[in-house]
Amino acid sequence: MKVALFITCYNDTLFPATGKAVVEVLERLGHTVEFPAGQTCCGQMHWNTGYQAEALPLLPRFLQQFEHAEAVVVPSSSCVAMMREHYPIMAERIVAEGGDTSLPERTAAILPRVWEFSEFLTKKLGLTDVGAYYPHRVTYHASCHGLRSLGLGDGPQTLLKSVRGLELVEIANLEQCCGFGGTFAVKNADVSSAMLAEKTRAVLNTGAEECTACDNSCLMHLQGALHRQRTGVTTRHLAEILAHTEADEEAEDALPTEVTL
Amino acid sequence: MSRVPLDPRTAPTFQQAARALLGDAQLRKNVRHATDVIQTKRRKLVEEKQDWQALRESGRQIRAHVLENLDVYLEEFERNFTKAGGVIHWARDAAEAQKIVVGLVKEIGTTEVIKIKSMTTEEIQLNNALEAAGVHAYETDLAELIIQLGEDQPSHIVVPALHKNRAQVREIFRRTMNLPDLGDKPADLADAARRFLREKFLRVTTAVSGANFLVAETGGVCIVESEGNGRMCLTMPETLISVVGVEKVVPRWQDLEPLLQMLPRSATGERMNPYNSMWCGVHPGDGPQRMHIVLLDNGRTEVLADREGRQTLQCIRCGACQNACPVYRQTGGHAYGSVYAGPIGAILTPQLMHLEHSQSLPYASSLCGACYEVCPVKINIPEVLIHLRHKVVEQNGWYAPESLAMKAVAQVFRSERRFRAAQRLGRLAELPLVKSEKRSFAIVGQKQEASDGWIGWLPGLLGGWTSTRDLQAMPQETFRDWWEKRGKQ
Repeated sequence: MKVALFITCYNDTLFPATGKAVVEVLERLGHTVEFPAGQTCCGQMHWNTGYQAEALPLLPRFLQQFEHAEAVVVPSSSCVAMMREHYPIMAERIVAEGGDTSLPERTAAILPRVWEFSEFLTKKLGLTDVGAYYPHRVTYHASCHGLRSLGLGDGPQTLLKSVRGLELVEIANLEQCCGFGGTFAVKNADVSSAMLAEKTRAVLNTGAEECTACDNSCLMHLQGALHRQRTGVTTRHLAEILAHTEADEEAEDALPTEVTL
Repeated sequence: MSRVPLDPRTAPTFQQAARALLGDAQLRKNVRHATDVIQTKRRKLVEEKQDWQALRESGRQIRAHVLENLDVYLEEFERNFTKAGGVIHWARDAAEAQKIVVGLVKEIGTTEVIKIKSMTTEEIQLNNALEAAGVHAYETDLAELIIQLGEDQPSHIVVPALHKNRAQVREIFRRTMNLPDLGDKPADLADAARRFLREKFLRVTTAVSGANFLVAETGGVCIVESEGNGRMCLTMPETLISVVGVEKVVPRWQDLEPLLQMLPRSATGERMNPYNSMWCGVHPGDGPQRMHIVLLDNGRTEVLADREGRQTLQCIRCGACQNACPVYRQTGGHAYGSVYAGPIGAILTPQLMHLEHSQSLPYASSLCGACYEVCPVKINIPEVLIHLRHKVVEQNGWYAPESLAMKAVAQVFRSERRFRAAQRLGRLAELPLVKSEKRSFAIVGQKQEASDGWIGWLPGLLGGWTSTRDLQAMPQETFRDWWEKRGKQ
């Protein structure tokens, strides 16, 4: 299948490794990946913070870039939720304001072809084992938008359970928000931090080396506290775990280690 | 026993109030414990209902239909309630409602009333108005009694004293009921409350209440509760005055079927309420002989006029969204500066205030969606929050600092060239802030993107992030740079 990758603005800028991992997994599975160069942002930050007029132009931009694609894969559950829940409303709004009347129909046509990365693997391709090897103890954080808006269910955990060498440990209160919430994290920093404290405690209680998710925004939030507190626990997007194979492990082992005390 | 009621017009912003409350470890522990207990009970009872989603949908349809035809059903209710011997009063706002109730009480000539727990009377600050007129109102709901005696404020729409634990309740009772030897077993506390209240039930002849539902086809008033105090207030007094929001009407008795299955399950984790009282007018020799209903608008018709905000009025006040909310869980209810706390308060209060106050409330949410998931009448609270944020932004004007920044970023996202330039600029701008980590063991040849620089301090608004969180420095290469290089190879 020819898959168009919508990397999303923050993954492009802050988490390129996630994008590379998505490409690696999809190519390993025999698909062709393309990257429409004019893509930028889905508009979530503006829309959810109340800047609706500023978000509107990003809908026709997305359509222009991705309309031709057989499938659009996005490694960010909250961006997919933004598109599924709000793009139809945005299309109607643009029409109501005298804009392009073809938008509602075109939006309705593309949305069924837009997939969050893990659901593309489990629901569209029907896969659970993508041939990954990752010998670590990992816990999974269910991002709210993936859990509630996309209904990912236990899809991501099913993928993780099929990774050779990986020990999946369950976190307490899986369904509770980490407190990121986009601009909420800075607008209500105190409450956001209190929510994060509860979540990082739950992560640490699992004894996992690493916490994974389908959304780097939650992981950036968790990582921020895990690093600040020098816990030694790291975060990694699901795609990066699924991209990892025995060959990567051997290559890493073979690297010369230089001691600089 | 007067207290300062929660008033959105004078309340601090959510951020300010939350900051103070987050420092109260006892309160946070009480809130966490209570919401955990209620949520666990609720989940068990919802799971046993195979048709829960169908019930939610019929609940939503009934409530949405009422709102679309509110004028029709209110007039039908007025006709039938009047025919059954009751008197209807219409109140445009809180002041009018207060005046009507005080007038009725004065007419009776009493100086005391007993009260059933009611959010609507809290909303209009009725107790204070009565007190100013020389009338004392006794709260008879156990939690409301705790709040009243403790000169506190309700923090939850169903369990208003949820922020207090047993030891704190004992202290309040000891002090105000003059019971120095009172124990803290639930039975001891209940016994003290019962002795305190029973005497009021026997003496006071006027009751004030709200209502859970009004039934248009019969002129019926439905009040559900768990303690039996409501039943006492509804059966013993000679006069019953109910202050009810105009949105509380339902068309038929039959409509209570799904609603009364969902309300107790959602509210307190019970299959049905222990006491379900339904009065259809005055019956000689049985119950109150004078019944008044004050139908309260107080901003509701304006909410109704807003197509996107309207669904807020579907609410049946179960409080499930408060118990499920991870924000409420941290702060408790007082942070919302209104008798309506939690997610429903965050959308209802600003609308009732015409967005002249409470502008910080629509932002008091991470938009996690837990509230929508548990709402028995499917109010899409995150959607309404976003709608209200939009209104707040429009109100603030384009020249607000945040607005200018957001507009600049929006311009960046509208062009690939500008987006790439911003990515490069970001890497330069963060340079002075990045601290590279000293590692004792460096692995040579490690992948480029595994950057080891971290930011521990950010200026201005972004400083909220770094107060408790680090931020990893931007990688040297964006994904699109890598993709282009890869294509050339």
